[in-house]
Amino acid sequence: MQAFSDIPVLKDHLLTVIILVPLVGAFCTFFLRSDRVVRWFALAVSVVDFILAVPLVLNFDRTTHGMQFVERHGWIPSLNVQYYLGVDGISVLFVFLTALLGWICVLASWNAIDKKVRDFMMSLQIMQAAMLGVFSALDVVLFYLCWEAMFIPMYLLIGRWGGANRIYATLKFFLYTFFGSVFMLVGIVALYNAGGTFDLQELMKHGYTFDFQVFAFALFFIAFSIKVPMFPFHTWLPAAHVEAPTAGSIILAGVLLKTGAYGFMRFLLPMFPDASQFFSTPVIVLSFIAIIYGAFLALSQDDMKKLVAYSSVSHMGFVTLGLFLLNKNGIEGGIIQMFNHGITTGALFLCVGMIYERTHTRDLKDYGWAAKKVPYYAVSLLIFSLASMGFPGTNGFVGEILILIGAYENYKLNVLVLIAGIMLGAAYMLWMYHRVSFGAAEGHGAHGDDEGHGHGDEEHPVRDLSPREVVAIAAFVVFVFWVGFHPMSFLDIMHESVGQLLTQVNGPAAAISSIAGH
Amino acid sequence: MIFGIKDVIAVLPEITVAGAASCLLLVDFLIPRERKSAVGVLAIIFVIFAAIFSIFLMGTDVMGTTVFAGMFAVDGFSTFFKYVVYAAAVLSIMLSFHYVKEEGINAGEYYILMLFSLSGMMVMASAKDLLTVYVGLELMSLPVYVLVGFMQGDVRSNEGAMKYVILGAFSSAILLYGISLIYGLTGSTGLHAVAAVLSSGSVNQGALNVAVIMMVAGFAFKIAGVPFHMWAPDAYEGAPTPITAFMSVGPKAAAFAVILRVFMEGLGPAYGKWQIMLAAVAVASLAYGNLTAIAQRNIKRMLAYSSIGHAGYALLGLVAGTSEGVSSVMYYMAVYALMNLGVFAVIIMMRKGGQRGTEIDEYAGLAKSHKGLALVMLIFLFALAGVPPTAGFVAKFYVFMALIHKGMVGLALFAVLMSAVAAYFYIRIVMLMYMREPVKEFELAHSRGIYYVLAIATAGTVILGVYPGFLIELAQKASLFP
Repeated sequence: MQAFSDIPVLKDHLLTVIILVPLVGAFCTFFLRSDRVVRWFALAVSVVDFILAVPLVLNFDRTTHGMQFVERHGWIPSLNVQYYLGVDGISVLFVFLTALLGWICVLASWNAIDKKVRDFMMSLQIMQAAMLGVFSALDVVLFYLCWEAMFIPMYLLIGRWGGANRIYATLKFFLYTFFGSVFMLVGIVALYNAGGTFDLQELMKHGYTFDFQVFAFALFFIAFSIKVPMFPFHTWLPAAHVEAPTAGSIILAGVLLKTGAYGFMRFLLPMFPDASQFFSTPVIVLSFIAIIYGAFLALSQDDMKKLVAYSSVSHMGFVTLGLFLLNKNGIEGGIIQMFNHGITTGALFLCVGMIYERTHTRDLKDYGWAAKKVPYYAVSLLIFSLASMGFPGTNGFVGEILILIGAYENYKLNVLVLIAGIMLGAAYMLWMYHRVSFGAAEGHGAHGDDEGHGHGDEEHPVRDLSPREVVAIAAFVVFVFWVGFHPMSFLDIMHESVGQLLTQVNGPAAAISSIAGH
Repeated sequence: MIFGIKDVIAVLPEITVAGAASCLLLVDFLIPRERKSAVGVLAIIFVIFAAIFSIFLMGTDVMGTTVFAGMFAVDGFSTFFKYVVYAAAVLSIMLSFHYVKEEGINAGEYYILMLFSLSGMMVMASAKDLLTVYVGLELMSLPVYVLVGFMQGDVRSNEGAMKYVILGAFSSAILLYGISLIYGLTGSTGLHAVAAVLSSGSVNQGALNVAVIMMVAGFAFKIAGVPFHMWAPDAYEGAPTPITAFMSVGPKAAAFAVILRVFMEGLGPAYGKWQIMLAAVAVASLAYGNLTAIAQRNIKRMLAYSSIGHAGYALLGLVAGTSEGVSSVMYYMAVYALMNLGVFAVIIMMRKGGQRGTEIDEYAGLAKSHKGLALVMLIFLFALAGVPPTAGFVAKFYVFMALIHKGMVGLALFAVLMSAVAAYFYIRIVMLMYMREPVKEFELAHSRGIYYVLAIATAGTVILGVYPGFLIELAQKASLFP
C-alpha cells in the first residue's frame, strides 16, 4: 500500500483520482456493447476506486483536525469559485463508505438488472463520482454542484429501473429534494455576500451576526433536513425506497441520506454556532418524533422493503439527535451511527433485494421459510437485524450507546423516551426476522401456500446465497463486527475533527470542559 | 445630417445584413421553387460575414465610441448582444431547412425576413438614442409579425400573427408615447442627454412617472413580461416552430439589450422609479409564467409560458441595477438562447409526416428507441430548470448573486421558489420520455442542419455549465460600466 501511494499522481491528486475513476469509468462504459462486459467492467472500476480509497484512510493523519489531501485550483475566477478538495476526520469516513458501497452496489445489481445494463451502470458510476465530490468539496459552489449532480442519476435509477409505482416516487423525490436545494442555493449566495468567499474553511472562521445566522440556518436546514430526511419531510423516502432497485436503495440509504447529516456538520454547526444552539432543542424534539414515529410506522408494515425504509427514518432520527446534542459523545455517536446506518441498512436492503429476486414478492406474509430453506441467508439477515436494533457486539450498539450517553449529559432521565425508541426498534426488527425466517413453522406459512406463492416448498426450491452474494454480504459483516468490537479504529480518525467542531460550535472553553469531563 | 467614413465603418455589420437581405430579394427570383434552401445558405454566409466585421470592429478605434452624432454605439456591450442574435439567426435558419419543406412553406422570403429582423436587432443592440431604439424595434418586429403568420393555411398561425400585430402595434404606440414624454421633459432623445437632465432633478416628477410607466409597458411587451404577455402563447404556438425558436431567443435578447441600455444609461437617475415597476413585472412573470406552464399540454405553449418565466429571471438582474446585474442578464440571454434553441431543435426533429411533435404526450417513451435524442433533450430541460452542472444553473446563480449582493434577498427567495415550480414541468417531460412506454413508432426528421444545432447547443450548454468563466468574463468586460 505504501508503494502504491508513492506514485506521484496518487500522492498529490488522490481525491481527484478517486472522483475521476468512476466518472471516466462511466464514460468508457458508454462504448461497451455486451451486458456481461459492462458488468465486469463496472465491477473492476468500482473495485479500483475502493482500493484507491484505502490508502486515503491508512495515510490519514489522525493527530490533526486540519484538511488533508488538499487540492486547490482556480476554476471560475470571475465568480471566485475554486476547485478545492480535501478531507478531515469526518468526511474521510464517508468517502471510504461511498467507495465501499460502490462495488457492493454493482454486485447487488448483477442479475437484478437485466434491462439496459449499460445505462444502469453508467448512472451508478456517475452517482458515485458525485457523492464522492460532495464529501470532499471544500468550495461551497463545488459542493452544491456535486450535491445537485447526485440527483440526475438517482432520478434515473429509480425512474427507469424502479417498481410499478416509480413515476410517483421519482416525482416526489425530485420535487422534495429540488425544493430543498433551491433554498440552499440562496443560502450559499447569502453566505458569500456575508463572508466574501466560497471557501468553506474561511467561511467557518468568519463570525456572523445572530440574525444572519438564524436566517442562513433556516435556509440550509430545509435543504439538509429534507435529504436526511427529518420528521415532517420524510414522506418521500419510503416511496423512493420501495420503488428503487436494490442498488438504488443501498445508495439512497447508505450514502445519499448521509449527505444531509454531513451538511449539518459542515455548514450548520461550525458556521452558525449561535443559531445551532438556539435551534438545538427544536431539532432534538423533531428527532425524537422521527425516532418514535418512524419506529411505529415500521412496526405496522407488511412490505419488507417499506419496513426497512421506515426504520431508516427512525435511525436517522438518532443521527440528527446525536449531532444536535452538541457534545462530544453525541456528535461522535451521530457520526458513527451514520456510518453504521450506511452499513446495516445497506445490508438490509441487499437482503430484501435478494429475497425479492428469488420470490418476486416483498410481502412478509409470503415468507416464513427462510431458516429452513435458505439457512445462510437467514443467518446473514439475523446479523444485520441485530446490528440494526443495536445489539451489543454489533456496530449499532456503539452508535446508540454513545448517543444515549450524550443525551443523558444534556437531558438526564428524559432519555427514557429514547429507550422506548430503541425497544421499538428491537420489536420491529425481531418481528420482521421472525416473519421471514420462522413464520411458516408456526403455521403462517400456510397463508403463502393458499395464495399460490408457496415459495420454498419442495416443488419450488429457493437457492441459498451464491458466491457473488456471499462476497457482498461478507463485506458488510466485516464492518458490522469491526465497528462493534473495535470502534476506536473509527473513532480515532474523527476525534480531532470532532474536537475542532465542538470548539467552533460551543466556543473554546466549553469544548475543553466537555472533553475534560470524561 | 453629415456623416463620414467612420460612421459607415461602424455600421458595416448592419449594412452587410440589411444589404444582403435586399440583394437576396432579387436573387430569390433566380432560384427555382424547390431549391429555396440556397437562399437560407446564402443568408447564413452573410451573417457570418457580418460577424467577421464585428470582430474586425473590435480592433479598430471605432470601438468604444458613438457614431451618427451619438445615436449609435459601438462597444463591447453591443458586440456581445450582436453575437447572441447572430447565433440565434444562424441556428434558426439551420433548423428551418427541413421544416419548411415538411410544412410546404419553402419560400425565399422566409429567410430574407429573418435577415431583416436580424438587422433590426443589431440596431437595437447598438441604439444609444430613443429614436434609434424605436427604429430598430420596428425593423425587428415587422418581419417577425409576417413570419409568425407564414403558414397561411393554418388557422393558428393566422390567429397568432393577428394577435401579435395588433398588440405589437398597440405596445409600440405606448412606447412612442413614453419616448415623446421623455423628450418633452428633457428636451432630448439621446440617452446621455436624458440622463444628464434627469440627474439635475429639475424634471416634473409626476410626468416622469407616467413616462417611465409607458416605457416599462412598451418594453415588457417585447420580452413578454406579465401583464403584457397575452400575445406570446398564441404566437408561439401558431408560428412555424423554427420561427418560435427564433423569436424566443433573438428578439428577446435584443429587447433586453435595449432595456438594459435605456434603463441603466438613460433612465439611470430614475432608478428608484423603474426598479419597483420592473420588480413587479419580474415577480408577476415568474409566478404566472411558471405556474401556468404546468397546465399546458402543447409543448410550444408550455415553452411560451416558460419563456415568460425566464424573462422574469433575467429582469431580476436588471432590478438589481448594478454592473454585476447587467452582466448576469447578458450571460443569461446567451445561455438561454443556446438551451432554448436546443429544445426547439428536438421539437422540430419530431415533426415528420403525420407526427406533429407538439403535444407533450407525443414524447412518451422517446428514450426507448432514441437514446441519444432523449439524452440531449434531458440536458436541455435540466438546463432550463437550472440544475447543475448545466449552463442554466450558472445563469440563475449569477442573477441570484447580483440580487443578494444588492440585499434583495426576498426577491431571490421568490425566484428560487419559482424555479422549483418550473422544475416540475420540465422534469415531467423527461419523465415521459424515460419512464413511459412509447405509444407508437417515432418518425424523426433527419437533417444535417438540425444535427449541427443539437451538437452546438449541447456542447454550449454543458461547457458553459462546467467552465462558465470565460463567458462571464466577457460579459463583465462588456457590461455597461466597465
